[in-house]
Amino acid sequence: MESTAADIFLQRVLGAIWPGAQTMPAWLGYSVLLLLGAALIIGWMSLLALAWTYGERRIAGLIQVRLGPNRVGPQGILQPLADGIKLLVKEDVVPAVAYRFIYTLAPLIVFVGALLPFIVLPFSERLVISNIELGLYFVLAFEAIEVIGVLMAGWAPGSKWSLYGGMRLAAQMLSYEIPMGLCALVIIILTGSVNLGEIVAWQSRDAWFMEHPWIFGWAIFRSPAALLAFVMFYVGGLAATKRAPFDLPEAESELVAGYHTEYSGMRFAFFFMAEYASMYVICALATILFLGGWHAPIPRPELAADASLMEIWSRLAAAHGAAGTGVAGKFGAFGGSLIALLTDPGALKILLHQTFGVVNLLLKTFLLYFVMIWVRWTLPRLRIDQVMYLCLKVFLPFSVACVVWALIQVVMLG
Amino acid sequence: MTPQEIHARLTERFGDAIGPWTEPERGDPHIAVAPGSLHAVCAFLRDDPELKFDYLQLISGVDWTDRLSSVYHLMSLSHGHGVVLRVDLERGNPRVASVADLWPTADWHEREAWDLLGIVYEGHPGLRRILLPEDWEGHPLRKDYAAPAAYHGVTNA
Amino acid sequence: MTLLTAPRPDTLRTEELLVNMGPQHPSTHGVLRLVVRTDGEIVREAWPQIGFLHRCFEKVAESVTYAQVTPYCDRMDYLASMNNGLAWCLAVERLGGIEVPERAAYLRVMMAELNRIASHLLAFGTYALDLGAFTPFLYGFRERELILSIFEKISGGRLLYHYPRLGGVARDLTPELAGEIRAFIAQMRRAWPEYNELLSENQIFIKRTANVGVIPAAMAVAYGLTGPCLRGSGVKFDLRRAKPYSLYERFDFDIPVGEGIKGEVGDCWDRYWVRMREIIESLRIIEQALDGLPEGEIQTKVSRTLKLPAGEVYVPCENPRGESGYYLISDGKTSPLRVKARGPSFNNLSITHALVRDVLIADVVAIVGSIDIVLGEVDR
Repeated sequence: MESTAADIFLQRVLGAIWPGAQTMPAWLGYSVLLLLGAALIIGWMSLLALAWTYGERRIAGLIQVRLGPNRVGPQGILQPLADGIKLLVKEDVVPAVAYRFIYTLAPLIVFVGALLPFIVLPFSERLVISNIELGLYFVLAFEAIEVIGVLMAGWAPGSKWSLYGGMRLAAQMLSYEIPMGLCALVIIILTGSVNLGEIVAWQSRDAWFMEHPWIFGWAIFRSPAALLAFVMFYVGGLAATKRAPFDLPEAESELVAGYHTEYSGMRFAFFFMAEYASMYVICALATILFLGGWHAPIPRPELAADASLMEIWSRLAAAHGAAGTGVAGKFGAFGGSLIALLTDPGALKILLHQTFGVVNLLLKTFLLYFVMIWVRWTLPRLRIDQVMYLCLKVFLPFSVACVVWALIQVVMLG
Repeated sequence: MTPQEIHARLTERFGDAIGPWTEPERGDPHIAVAPGSLHAVCAFLRDDPELKFDYLQLISGVDWTDRLSSVYHLMSLSHGHGVVLRVDLERGNPRVASVADLWPTADWHEREAWDLLGIVYEGHPGLRRILLPEDWEGHPLRKDYAAPAAYHGVTNA
Repeated sequence: MTLLTAPRPDTLRTEELLVNMGPQHPSTHGVLRLVVRTDGEIVREAWPQIGFLHRCFEKVAESVTYAQVTPYCDRMDYLASMNNGLAWCLAVERLGGIEVPERAAYLRVMMAELNRIASHLLAFGTYALDLGAFTPFLYGFRERELILSIFEKISGGRLLYHYPRLGGVARDLTPELAGEIRAFIAQMRRAWPEYNELLSENQIFIKRTANVGVIPAAMAVAYGLTGPCLRGSGVKFDLRRAKPYSLYERFDFDIPVGEGIKGEVGDCWDRYWVRMREIIESLRIIEQALDGLPEGEIQTKVSRTLKLPAGEVYVPCENPRGESGYYLISDGKTSPLRVKARGPSFNNLSITHALVRDVLIADVVAIVGSIDIVLGEVDR
């Protein structure tokens, strides 16, 4: 666990204002921070699902020569909220023959499985809940948890259509994990790290004889293997998130609604949010692995190596800390230090640096997401044998070739 | 070939099984065929190279109140000519050979005629009701059919 | 199919599954019920079950007047209302010896062809929908809307028109509407290549439809297939040319047939492509009808309680889906003795059981979609 920033915050920022914070047991402080982090993730995920359903429907409208939702609120911006309320108050129908326990558990597992990768998924080099060394493995591993949930959802309601959806999904998702994993391996070989932050840092370092390679530092521009791997990773990601043209598990013209045929109301909403969350994970991961993450195209201000927001804040907190007495005074001191922080030129530079990083990352993520929507509303659906053919006979050999290429590149060219 | 020429060919081949030629004042002429020879006549019409009726347009059952009929509209895609065959059947025991083995399309048409008029096509691969539910009673297109007062609790009022 | 061989029976217990596709299913175009025997993803056999929409048309027709039957015919194939109404009117007119004014015949042709385009546009859209592409549906609706607004202006209806009447048509064509039809023709010609870019030439679409559901020509004829399903198998048969009605002999148009461009002749893509090319041919017919539209009456006097002489008649017409006709028997009274409706969908659908054998579930949808049925006419 990346503890320095949290440590400094707990010990020195809070400690300067509330001396008691220094004597507080470490687990309590961490737990509170973790809960805060969890709330942030769920909030971010819900916001994403809301914003993206709206975005998707408006973009779909644009593609399909129609308007899209434009009645609820200005330009229909409140439509997802209305839909959310509808889903909340909808009757919860459980099929009589369903295995109730599994039936209830399935959407939760899917939801949690989609949520977990957010723990290690960074927004910039410092904005990450937990910067663990095996970040990439963690994301890929927990993306796969969803399969279990969906299989349960396919089995539990006792509907044949659900079963078909679950079967298709198991075949499809597990198969595409392999080429996707190999594509990620290409990056691991090139960068020599499985830490997501380190992978992005590598992409901002010198390449093509430039010290600041701008977008040319991105993995896709540094190795043809990475470029090919990116394409396969992204298309595999479409399959892993069940997006068109790989939406066979929920193909409405064949399987009614696939594995979530028998789910309604909030249970359905869980599947729905999980799908959007894993779409974000795939797009963000593709950005981090192949498109330079938070690095470029928007240039970011240079930072000194030891620049630290928490260090500055703890200094300011120490200055403000003595001023306040009583609960109101303490909060006033805390707020004062925060305002001072936001007006401090050094801190501002760091904040700007981070903000541009987040904007860079989201820009590329949303671009990839836009392409997903574009593809979905343009292409017909593949057939199950074609999906498996693409994975096992095209992607698998090519991704192995990419790995070999990357190995040769690293060994021969250094 | 005109229907009259086809009638002549059939009479030549099947003799008494083919009814006399009548030219109607209005509308289409038809050729009456005895129920017993229908299958042979149809097979001949289909396979004879000069006739070559490869396309069965429709089979319709008709209730004339005194008798039932099964009517066959045939067409030849290669020669472009058409003919109408009619088989008159006893109202009490309407039985005629199935032509589903000659034209697979007859399958559903014969099932429909059985369903709505109660004509039995002998040798049909699976003469079941097609438009009405399996447990329906009676054949609604017969002129003396009386609609049931209720069906599974749904009243006819 | 080599990819999907069955597992060895001693290692894994497998079972065949009987699944009901429909009558409530998103891709059965109404209330068709397919009982499907599946082995995993492979469909071994499929039995279509029909009759859920049976409305006793033939029984009803025996107790109403000839004019009163017309609206019922409109509702048979509700996507080609003009063509069905026309078929009924032609049957009655032939038996009754009723002359139709030339202008009315031209208007009937024009509307029938417009309706053919509208129907094919819907078929284009729903077929894409069956294969998982949502957008072509709305593109198809964009142009179909123009046709519907033309229909609305000439008949008052947007789905069921009751426009062809015994002995003529309901309303005359105004010059403004003629201009609107011309504008539509231009717009349709612009949009057609767009459709092909979007769907016809899409590699996934071709992979899903080429060599799928191949109907050999002999099989198509034996099963009484008509319309694009028959022509898709390479049989050049069109009733507008083979047995011209309503002055179709005066119009110049090509009969598109399946050529096996993307796969075998008679596959789903061929049937689809025949429909697409028929849109262009229909545009040509409409243009000729507009150019040659004669002046004059649009309706001959026909008694409301028309009595037809005893006799029987069957006039087959080329509906967007194939041969549509009414076998009409009169015994001299004001209502018919027997009416038998011959609809193309009923016959085209009957091939399903023979065609859907050992295919994937997704192919069932592709095959049934390519036959393009309307249940209103199958069940009558």
